[in-house]
Order: sequence, then structure tokens, then C-alpha cells
Amino acid sequence: MRLAIGLAASLFLLSVTAVAEISGAALDTTPAIPSNPIKNCRITDKPNDVGGALTLEWELVPSISAAGYAGEIAIYRSTAAEGPYELAATLPGNALRYEDSGLKDHVCYYYRLIYIEEGIESAAFEAGSGVAAGQWFHTGRIPILILMLLFSATAVFFIKRARSGYTFKVRPIAGINAVDEAIGRATEMGRPILYVPGLGTAADVATIAAFTILARVARKTAEYNTRVIVPNYDPVVMTVCQEVVREAYSAAGKPDLYDPKDVFYVTQDQFPYTAAVNGIILREKTATNFYMGMFYAESLVLAETGFVAGSIQIAGTDQLVQIPFFVCACDFVLMGEELYAASAYLSKEPQQLGTLKAQDWGKVTIAALIIIGTIFATFGWKSFAAWFNVG
Amino acid sequence: MKREIPLLIVLVFGVFMAFQYFVPHRISSNIYQEFNNWTIIIGIFTMVIGIASLLSVHYSKIRFRKEGWGYSFVTIISLIGMAGLGLFGGMENDLFIHFYRFGLSPVTATMFALLAFFIASAAYRAFRARTVLSTLLLLAAVIVMLGRVPIGEIISGWLPEPLQLSKISEFLLYVPNTAAKRTIYIGVGLGVAAVSLKIILGIERTWLGGDGK
Repeated sequence: MRLAIGLAASLFLLSVTAVAEISGAALDTTPAIPSNPIKNCRITDKPNDVGGALTLEWELVPSISAAGYAGEIAIYRSTAAEGPYELAATLPGNALRYEDSGLKDHVCYYYRLIYIEEGIESAAFEAGSGVAAGQWFHTGRIPILILMLLFSATAVFFIKRARSGYTFKVRPIAGINAVDEAIGRATEMGRPILYVPGLGTAADVATIAAFTILARVARKTAEYNTRVIVPNYDPVVMTVCQEVVREAYSAAGKPDLYDPKDVFYVTQDQFPYTAAVNGIILREKTATNFYMGMFYAESLVLAETGFVAGSIQIAGTDQLVQIPFFVCACDFVLMGEELYAASAYLSKEPQQLGTLKAQDWGKVTIAALIIIGTIFATFGWKSFAAWFNVG
Repeated sequence: MKREIPLLIVLVFGVFMAFQYFVPHRISSNIYQEFNNWTIIIGIFTMVIGIASLLSVHYSKIRFRKEGWGYSFVTIISLIGMAGLGLFGGMENDLFIHFYRFGLSPVTATMFALLAFFIASAAYRAFRARTVLSTLLLLAAVIVMLGRVPIGEIISGWLPEPLQLSKISEFLLYVPNTAAKRTIYIGVGLGVAAVSLKIILGIERTWLGGDGK
């Protein structure tokens, strides 16, 4: 009986194994790689680049796509059609594009693409050849060039108009109007003025605007015999500030009042600089503090210290995130473009005011483009807005 | 000539830099990189002037025993000490790293940490409802703050979706706030372009010192 059961069980196991093997053979879904799984490869020079790059784009046959891109694509490169070829890259099986960089300009490169799945390689696909070269004009930046030329032409037009005697009306900017008043207050109190040109470098336009305002402040302090202290974060900025203040004192007819030790370098570390400026505010008891230029996290620490010390504070920055902090802690704030308008506003020179007019027309143009783009996008024509996507 | 030569240099390099942006070729980018390297080199030279200025100011304070001259003494000792350790012991010197890690870093972090207290005091002043505008500011701030934390969900979760604090907060941040920010960005962009043009054309000359005349 036991023998019969054992024999039956053995037969059953054998039959199950046999069925499983047959089923396994029938269900083996490993695809046979087509002889040419890659087709229609295009090799082009990468547009709008410095050179040394080619772009390869290809298609995969539908059977490879249906297999779920399980394999890899090996890209081989050579400088001669007959080889030898070297492996340039191995990409996932679903890749349809490759950018080959680090190539020599004006050298012809040949490419072969091979699809590999589970160690089995397809026949090499001769992708063709391409020559890399750098471009002399970035076609993706045409909209910016047009707007730049348009803006420059408008500015030159208004400058010429100003030179011919036309006077422009400029709206009053409270922060700039308060400059003289703040310097007068410091003079009455017999205390110094603090001028902080921010953490920017001399290459930043906001810092250049800060130099302009410093020239005006220094001229007034020289006239009123009031001391101006300028602690600097950047040694280049310090050098320019020293020159600006020295010249302002000379222009006011009081070159002997200028003390180079009042325009000094502190450190190029953000928070040690903040600590030093805070120390100056509290020790020197400055009557008026100017914060003009580029500011970061230290803006509120400086402005709050000045507020606690009871100083009149005028700030100006183009750093959007810092504007609310200055608004909270300062008496007057020049927001964004007002900082740049300050030089034109302070000088009252017609030529400078002409550029302000060009800025206004620039804003009108941008507003019009935004409205046109919105209308077009609402009706589904997005190519207008896409034209402004610069590379 | 003292004014003309710098103005000519600015004109040539300003025009080059403006048009370099439209020329992606390697030659153009290499020249641009070379100019940037020169800016760094000039910056290093001016660092010597900066240190000389720092030493001069603090030496003067010590010499004439001005108020707080003790701090000046600490500054000079720290400057010379750290520079000496770095120059003779190298950047990997244990003592140099020790002073940096346990001296300068905690002090810097402390200054940064003070920001939290300054934000609290500034926010208190900004959010006092004295006028209609400051009341609106307070209201918007309360909605945004509550809308960004779980308690906002608890308070307003039962309301229809558009009236929930999180949704109103999102609307305030992404619609009126973004619109205002972009307006400032556009103004800043045009301002930068105008100032750059004025400098290139020699209309704005204050950077030359004084009134630039």
C-alpha cells in the first residue's frame, strides 16, 4: 500500500515537473532583439553653444518599445568611419537622445549605436557623422536683444530730448527727499552719520547706485561739518567709497575735513561685519543711518539695532526679500528701482532724468506685452509667450 | 585725461560685456572668463589695502586710547594670530581649525540667531493695527501664518474648500504677493538696464569720485 502511494506521489511529482517545464518553455517571454532596433538617427551640432558638442536623436522600433525598454543603448564614437570606435556612453533602453560633449571643434565624429539586452547585442547601427562648432550668435536670445536695443534707443531719444531743453516731471520720492533732513538732524544733534554700502561688490549695480547717494550725502556732511562713517564689507567698494567721499569733501571746499579713517574696511564675513556695524551704531550713537545697496539676512539685525538706538534710518535695496524688513525698521525705504532712480533724482540733470522716462516707457511696453500674452494664451495661442522663453 | 581714460575703458568693456551675452562661441566665453579672473586678481590686491585700512583704524584707536580701544587690541591680535597660524601652520593646523570652529563659528552663529528676536520685535511693530492698511497687513499675516500650520486646518477644515485658511493663504501668496513681487522685479530690471546704460555712455560718473566732473 505504502509502495503504491509512494509510486503515485512520484508519478504526480514527475507529471507536475514535466508540465511546469513545458509551461515554462511556452511562457519564456525573452524577446529576440531585432537586427536593427534603432532607426532614423540624426546627428546635429548643438545649437547656441560654445562648441564641442553634438546632439544625437534616434527612434526605436515598436517591438523594442513594447518590451518595456529593458535593455541599454551603447553609443560608440570614432574620428574615422572605419574605426576604431570607443564607448562614449551607455544609456537606459528608453533613451532617444544623447548630447556628446567635450569634443573638438571642426572634427568629423562617426557614431555607432548598439542595443544590448541581457548581454545580447544587436547589430551595430551606423548612426552617421557630425561636426561640432561654436556659434557666433545665440538665436534663443533674439527677444532680449530686440528689447535691449529698443530700450537703449528710447533712452538715447529721451536723453537727446532733455539736452534740447525739454524738462521732465519726476514724482517725488520720499526717501530721497528725506536725505537732507536726516543730515540736518545729525548736524543739530552733533552726532555722526553712518553710511552702510551693503554686502555687494563694486560690480553690482545696486552698489554703484549706493556710491551715487554716498556722493550726495558726503557733500552735504562736508557742508554741515558733520562726520560720516562708512564701514565696508568689500575692499574694492572701500577704495571707491574713499575716493567718492574725498572728492565730495574737495567739491564742498573742505578737503581738510576728510578723514580716511572714517571710510574703512571691516571684514568679508557677513555676521562679523554686522556685529561691527551694530557696535558702531551703539558706541558712536549715530543720529542717521543709511543702508544703501545689497543686503541679505543682516538687514533686519542692522535696522533694528538702529531703531533701538533711536537713529533716523533711510534704506534702499533691490533685494526683494529684504525690503519688508527695512520697511518695518526704517523711516524711509527706497524700493527696488527707486534706488536706481536716486542718482537721476538727486542730480536733477536733464540727461539723467531722460533715462527715467525711458524706464517708464519700458514698463509700459512690458505691461502691454503681458496683456497681449495673456489674451493670446487665453485663446490657446501660446507661441507668443513661448517666444520670450530665452535659452 | 584723468576722467577720459576710465570712461573710455568703461565704454569699451561695457559694450563688450553687453554683446558677449549674445555670443556663445568659445572665444567669447574665454575672453569673458579671462576678464572675470582679472576682477578676482584686482580684488585680491585690494584686500591688502583693506587690511591696511583695518590695521590703521584700530592702531589709531589704541594709540589715542579712544573709547573701546580694548576691542581694537583684540581685533589686531586676532587678525595677526589667525593669519600667522594659517601661513606658518597651514589650513589644516589643529590650532587654526580649533580657533575657527570654537571661536569664530559660534560667534557668527550667535549673531545669526539674534535675527529671530529682531524678527519678533519688528513683526510686533509692523502688525499693530493703527491704520486701515496696517490692519489689512495684520489680517493677511494672520491668515497666511494660520494657513501654513496644522491648527489652521483644524480651525477651518469644516468650511467649503475656497474658504479654508490654507486655500486663502495659498491664494494670497501665489496671486497678489507674486504679482507685487514681479512688479518690483520688472522695475529693478529696467533700473539696472538704465543705470548700466548711463555708466556706459558716461552720463553717470559718480563712481569716478565726487560728482564725476
